Formats: sequence, C-alpha cells, structure tokens
Amino acid sequence: MKLIFEKGAPGQHLTLLPACDVPEVTLSNARTEPLDLPHVSETELTRHYTALAKRVHGVNDGFYPLGSCTMKYNPKINEDMANLPGFTQIHPLQGEETVQGCLEVLHESEKLLCEVTGMNAMTFQPAAGAHGEFTGLLLIKAYHTHRQDTGRTKIIVPDSAHGTNPASAVMAGYTVVNVPSSPDGCVDVEALRAAVGPDTAGLMLTNPNTVGIFDRNILEITRIVHDAGGLCYYDGANLNAVMGVVRPGDMGFDVIHLNLHKTFSTPHGGGGPGAGAVGCKEFLAQFLPGPMVAKDEKGYHFTVPAHSIGRVKNFCGNFAVVVRALTYVLTLGREGIPEAAKNAVLNANYMMKKLGEKYAMAYAGPCMHEFVMTLVDLKEATGVSAMDIAKGLLDHGIHPPTMYFPLIVHEALMIEPTETESQETMDEVCQVFLDLWDLAHENPQALHDAPTKTPVRRLDEVGAARNPVLRYNAG
Amino acid sequence: MNFPAELKYSKDHEWVKTIDETTVLVGITDFAQSELGDLVFINLPQPGDEVTAEESFCDVESVKAVSDVMSPCTGVVAEVNGELEDEPQMLNEDPYGAWIAKISDVTAFGELMTAQEYEAFIAK
Repeated sequence: MKLIFEKGAPGQHLTLLPACDVPEVTLSNARTEPLDLPHVSETELTRHYTALAKRVHGVNDGFYPLGSCTMKYNPKINEDMANLPGFTQIHPLQGEETVQGCLEVLHESEKLLCEVTGMNAMTFQPAAGAHGEFTGLLLIKAYHTHRQDTGRTKIIVPDSAHGTNPASAVMAGYTVVNVPSSPDGCVDVEALRAAVGPDTAGLMLTNPNTVGIFDRNILEITRIVHDAGGLCYYDGANLNAVMGVVRPGDMGFDVIHLNLHKTFSTPHGGGGPGAGAVGCKEFLAQFLPGPMVAKDEKGYHFTVPAHSIGRVKNFCGNFAVVVRALTYVLTLGREGIPEAAKNAVLNANYMMKKLGEKYAMAYAGPCMHEFVMTLVDLKEATGVSAMDIAKGLLDHGIHPPTMYFPLIVHEALMIEPTETESQETMDEVCQVFLDLWDLAHENPQALHDAPTKTPVRRLDEVGAARNPVLRYNAG
Repeated sequence: MNFPAELKYSKDHEWVKTIDETTVLVGITDFAQSELGDLVFINLPQPGDEVTAEESFCDVESVKAVSDVMSPCTGVVAEVNGELEDEPQMLNEDPYGAWIAKISDVTAFGELMTAQEYEAFIAK
C-alpha cells in the first residue's frame, strides 16, 4: 500500500478549510517554504483512509478478547459529549472563569471515580497507565521523604505483576524486590512477610491479579506492608471485575491508578490517547501534581496541593478523554457500574467453562474478568503452540487473546471477553476455539501456516527484532 | 536436550565451566534457550563489574519477554562475549559454545548441580 504522500499529483487538492474569519497578519518568523502536504483530492484522501481502516481490526470489527487490556465497546455518546463545542473550542490558557464547565467535569470525575475506588483525591494528568504508576510511586516517595524516612528504597512486586510495575519502580528510583506467587496464583503471604522491612517503601499489586483471580488474603497483605511502614499501590489499570463491587481503598490501598481507556470505555490501543488517572487517600493528597480543581462559593478554580510533586504533564492531561469517562460513569450510574462488572465476570466464566471442554486452564475457576489457558499439553501432543492458535483465530476474524502472559504460565492464552459481548458472539468464538483444537490434532501444519486470509501472512517477529528497519523506503 | 557432564548447572538455568580455581565461564543452558525461544537481544555486563551469586548480572530478550540472567557465582567480570551483541541467536544455536562472560576472582558459588541432577531438576 502506498503512503498518502506517494499518491496524487501536483495540482490536486481539496478545500476543507473554512474561509478565514480573523484579520490576516504576517508573522516575523513566518516560514518561507510551503508546507509539504499531500497533493490529493478529497475522494482520494477518503479512499486512502478507508482502505487503511479496512486493514485493521478493532472492537467495532469483531471479537477482541485481549486479556488485561479490556477492549470493550466505546459507546458513541462518549464521542458526542467530548465533541461539544464547550469542550473543544477552548484554549488551555484562557481564564478559569470562562471554562467553569470544563473545571466542573474534572471536579465531578474526581468525585465519582474516588467514590468508585475508595480514594479521596484524584489527578487526571498522567497520559497513560505506566505514567500513572510512575506518578503514584512519586507520591509514595514524597510521603516518605516528607517524613524524613529516607531509608525506604525498595518496592515489592509479585512475579505475576504487569511488566510496567517493576519498570515504573526503577524509573522512580527504587530497587525492585520480587515475591513469588503461591500455586493458586496469589501472593505468597509468608514470602511477603519475609520480604518487608524498614527498607520497604511500598507494594505494587493488581487485584484481581494478572491470572484473573481475586486474592482472598488482600487485607492481610496490605496490613503486612503497612505494619512495616510501607504504602500499598493498586494497579487499577483494569478495574473491570470489581468496579462498584469492592473498592481498592477498602482493601487497604493508599494509591491507585486507573486506565480510563480500559474500564471507562475511552479509545484504547493504536492511538488512544490514554489517561492514567491517579487516586490517593487523604494523607497523600498534599503531594498530588497540580493544578487540581477546587470548588468554593464563587465556583470552580485551580489550586496546587501544598507539597505537590509538580506537574507530570502539560495542563490537565488528556482532558477530552476524561469527558468520555465521565459520560460513561454517568450513563451507567450507581446500578449500571456494578452490573457491568458482574457481567464481565459472568462472561469470562461462561467462556472459561465452554473452552474447558478441551483446553487446559492454568488455574481452577471460577475466574474474575479474565482467565488463562495453558497450551503446554496441546503443544506437546501436536506441536501446535499458543502462537499458532492465535494466528488461526485471525483467519476467523477474531483478534487473538493476550499471548505468553503472564510469564509464570507457559504457552499462555489470556482471554477477557468484557461485558459488552453477547452470548451469541461468545458461543461463536468458543466454537472457533474448539474447532481449532480439533484442527491442531488433524492437520497441525494448517495452523503453522496460519493466517492465510489476512492482508499480510505470518510476520517474522524474530527477524524484525534482530534486524529492525526503522525507516520507510518508498517503492 | 544436551547437558554436558563437565559443566555445573544452577537452578536459574545457567551453566558454569571451570577454567581454574577462581575463574569460570558462564552461559545459559539448552533448556533455558529452548524455554525463552528465539533470542533477539542481550544486555551484557561490563568487564570489571562485580557480580553476586544468584543476583542478576545480564538480561536477554526474546520475542516473548525480557529475562534476567542470574550470576551463578560471586566475582568480577573479566571478559564478555561481545559477538553475542550482534548475533544473540548464537545462544539458541550453540548454548554451550556461546558463553556470556568470563568471571574471575570467584569467591563464592550459588547452589550448583551436576548435569544429572540438573536434568532431574528440570524434569520436575
């Protein structure tokens, strides 16, 4: 496929810009060369992007069970709200008295998402999940430093954690201590007890964890860390199993980040932009990045927390994403939010049970919002790997699940259907999975060769990693 | 899978070849490379680095994941196998030829197994 810059010819153009309605001025540093824009007509431009769109797969195209990523449907009303002129025709530097509605959105979103998570304050500055983790860890660091408790240099991370957790901890200047999981995939409480000490700054945990299991020792876990003087960080990237049902704040967590682009139905993957909101308990609010939004008798205004760690992104983060998330929360309401979570868990268990007819599960059910299958036995019997099954799904118009994660499960496929899939869709998808299982036994080569119906066949991932070509060469 | 009898093996899947009383060669086992899959990158230690038994001293990256390589002994990195930087696939093709580092001034070893013990260990 050609790039848009390789299409068209000089002279072809389109007139999408409206007539200029402000006085024209000449800038002192105006550019002398014209912009290098494509020379294409509106028809060609439209066809180019339509052709590109046909070659990708999104939630609007079909099933997309990417475990731990929560690829749920994004209601179109979110877009309508985010496109209201009061949100789009503004400038981040205009006076706060002229953007009271926008400030109200931030204030309301903070209030409602704090209610959902059991936190007391929340910033929307971080641009995505890992950025949120980093911000949350800086809050923990600021807390210890403020108390002149400077010997706390270690962050404890279970071996089932998202890879971003240890990476964020190192970015924040901490040393990472790994604790192993127990056989049921949960935190090994005795190993945790042995790992904490006067050098523990905090613990980073996901619950339900990355294998889709709710850690029943959670209160003891957070107590062990608190008793050692550390704080507890909740990786709430994916809150889909528990939103409105249980609250991380009640489990004993002090800081949390949410990926609004997962649970709260804002655009995700391949563009975003994301939003990694960070919430905290009252005693940490003084360290949050500024500005925050406060309300008094005159209305809403910006305010900077007393011991703020400073900005982590320009202005208020990806504001339009917050508008979409607030729309989602208000649309679902107090009843709809836990209902969505319960349906997400029900859907995952439904698929787990159906696929369990043939596929081996890494952990016995019931699961939460996602489950992990292990294809070790299938690979041994047929030579067909998790990768081959994933590629086989592509030929059926299904996006593969998360593969080879978590690392503690071999030949892992991690499936998260989310609450927005119908029973009919899940039945069809389960049938495809079960058919592929049979195909693996009858004709494994067919799966080694998959995919055959996609715009590109199987990609040479190893070649791409060993000899990356990072520059596009025309022709 | 191949586990040469003259080597010692750690539970973190490194092999150790004794050169003299305080010098060893270290690499990853056939089992390790097979589990990791096609390796695409290695982050080697620097000569002069002090390494500690059972602590990470290097990392390797496959298309699946990045994994730590744990040092089987405490000592000082005397030399590294720079060829691996350009050809990490040597770790897959010839795991016992593709040594990662020569470690000198070895003062202590982690828990090490014989080839036979290691084979039994990974069979579990």
